[in-house]
Amino acid sequence: MAETAIRVRELGKRYRIGAAPERYRTLRDAVSRGATMPFRRLRGVLRGESTILAASSFWAVDDVSFDVERGEVLGLVGRNGAGKTTLLKLLSRITEPTRGRAELHGRVGSLLEVGTGFHPELTGRENIFLNGAILGMRQREIEARFDEIVAFAEVERFIHTQVKHYSSGMYLRLAFAVAAHLDTEILLVDEVLAVGDQQFQRRCIGKMGDVARSGRTVLFVSHNLEAVQRLCSRCLWLDEGRIAADGEPAEVIHRYLQRWRQAVSFRYRADALPAEESAAAGPAPGDAVLVEAEVLDATGRAAGHLRYGEPFALRMRWRNRRALPGAYYFVSAQDEQGRELFGVNPGGLLPLEAGEQEVLCRFENNVLVPGDYRFTVGCFLPPKTFLHRVEDALGLAVLEVPFATGPVSIAQRSIFDPRPSWQVAPAAQSPGEPRAALSEEGR
Amino acid sequence: MGRSAPAVTVIEPRRGGFDLGLGELWEYRELLYFLTLRNVQIRYKQTVLGASWALLQPLLTMLVFSLFFGRLAGVPSDDIPYPIFSYAALVPWTLFANSLTQSSNSLVTSANLVRKIYFPRMIIPASTVLASLVDFAIAFGLLLVMMLFYGFTPTVASLWLPLLLLLALVTALGVGLWLSALNVQFRDVRFAVPFISQLWLFATPIAYPSSLLGEPWRTVYAINPMVGVVEGFRWALLGTDTAPGPMIAVSSLAAVALLASGMLYFRRMERTFADVV
Repeated sequence: MAETAIRVRELGKRYRIGAAPERYRTLRDAVSRGATMPFRRLRGVLRGESTILAASSFWAVDDVSFDVERGEVLGLVGRNGAGKTTLLKLLSRITEPTRGRAELHGRVGSLLEVGTGFHPELTGRENIFLNGAILGMRQREIEARFDEIVAFAEVERFIHTQVKHYSSGMYLRLAFAVAAHLDTEILLVDEVLAVGDQQFQRRCIGKMGDVARSGRTVLFVSHNLEAVQRLCSRCLWLDEGRIAADGEPAEVIHRYLQRWRQAVSFRYRADALPAEESAAAGPAPGDAVLVEAEVLDATGRAAGHLRYGEPFALRMRWRNRRALPGAYYFVSAQDEQGRELFGVNPGGLLPLEAGEQEVLCRFENNVLVPGDYRFTVGCFLPPKTFLHRVEDALGLAVLEVPFATGPVSIAQRSIFDPRPSWQVAPAAQSPGEPRAALSEEGR
Repeated sequence: MGRSAPAVTVIEPRRGGFDLGLGELWEYRELLYFLTLRNVQIRYKQTVLGASWALLQPLLTMLVFSLFFGRLAGVPSDDIPYPIFSYAALVPWTLFANSLTQSSNSLVTSANLVRKIYFPRMIIPASTVLASLVDFAIAFGLLLVMMLFYGFTPTVASLWLPLLLLLALVTALGVGLWLSALNVQFRDVRFAVPFISQLWLFATPIAYPSSLLGEPWRTVYAINPMVGVVEGFRWALLGTDTAPGPMIAVSSLAAVALLASGMLYFRRMERTFADVV
């Protein structure tokens, strides 16, 4: 009979969203409130009440129940803000649930980031002991595994050097090495895999594979669906704080991606537009509004999917309440794994005039490999004001059907295909040297 | 090899209660040691004068006090030379004041730890208080030299010193717990602390003797726990004939009350630290 390692029942966490304090109606009100406010607040403080005035609240994790058996490797997937990290924080006791209950049977180690508590002024050796103690390792355990940790991080020569003199690669290797030697029965991990250079990342994933096979219970949060599918024996999909699916990783990930595809459209229309007149004196959010947007294919028609390599454009209609010098429109793209691919803007090239503007953003050289994409569209006023920002405004599927005949090689693992032009010619016999060097570096 | 903690961790909303979490604190004693060590190691990094700051602070204050209060104002000093009279008080005072400043800021400066990993949060302010002991040891060394210079020989009473030191630590931790927990939500604390410690300095008989007050007010005065610490230090080291027994008793009670209330408040606020800090 399988033992239960983690039992979660109706677990919920509510966050409050802070809001502006109540308005004063009269001057007398304002004065008397102003005078008594510190005392009323102080009373709340002493009672241990949270004095952040709550206008609204939301459940980051809502009524979540599940069991994990000993030795299971459970992957947690979901969009940003779906509650994955909050769930992990609840289980690692960093934050307290609002309701519900969870039981963890066995010693728990949690890794929400690597190198927690590392101090730049301390040496590598001192940091290993400090970080190990923070992660919950006993001094004797750290001593016993010290050489192993140092060897894994490949920092033997610098172990008595302050880590502020380390390269960022060395720093991350050391941080991961301590974490990787955390030997607990239950391990809660949040995307700490992808650190350091390519070669070290492979070793990190390899180490995670060892952990997964070692019979320990692992809860693993990741945006990297490929890694989840490879490492996990079961997968949980969280959506808006609730469990949307639970089961075989391949199956759950498939459903997750499908939902993801349905959720976005190649057309966007604003539901409601703000008032014509602005209340604020200076530029403020709402001064520029995206009225509609769509994806156009090579023939200029609105389309939800493109062929591989097909040029496309994003057409947007913006309504600006005033001329907005210094502001610019922008477009950013994410792939279906949630990876940020690029963000582009015309900078100061495009003046933002008052009234309606039609903006065309053309991608003549479509570098997107077959897959699903979403675009976030917005208008930004430096240094920090988003006049409008529509997350996932547009969706787009690139099909595995090439747009034009020609050199097409679909590399599955590529993030994008810059589609270079290739040339081949007989090599010149005599000087030859630089050319050879060049071709060796070519990809 | 595994922790001796119960194998089952239960996570649920905590309700009120008077659980101080002492058992768990004991569980994590090694972390307390390593965080204290870290605080000591990094304390004087990137400073020119380094650990001599631990001497300069009480020493310079002593010089200023001796000049203005001792010489110019002619403040009495229980018939002992004013410099050593004030320095013997400034040594435990500096321990207290530094612990107060460091611990009240400690949770905020360790925000990344609080947000990323669980351990009893009290360890953070406690480790800063303990780290101040190193400074104390250095300043205390100079006090011994001064005693030699002024011809004071330690008596049996000096055996009380460890307990008086403990009293100072308990007071500092009590106030530190209150202020650090408050500081998480209200950064007002950061502005209040220098002010508090300045007022507290003058509310403690450092520049003047408590014998200026008559009984029973002198004993009532000891509700400020630092009164007991400071008068205790003078009595134990310099043999002042001030009979501080009742004062130390009152101060001890006040310090324990401060620590207990600080721990309760801290425990109550602890659950929201990660969300707020």
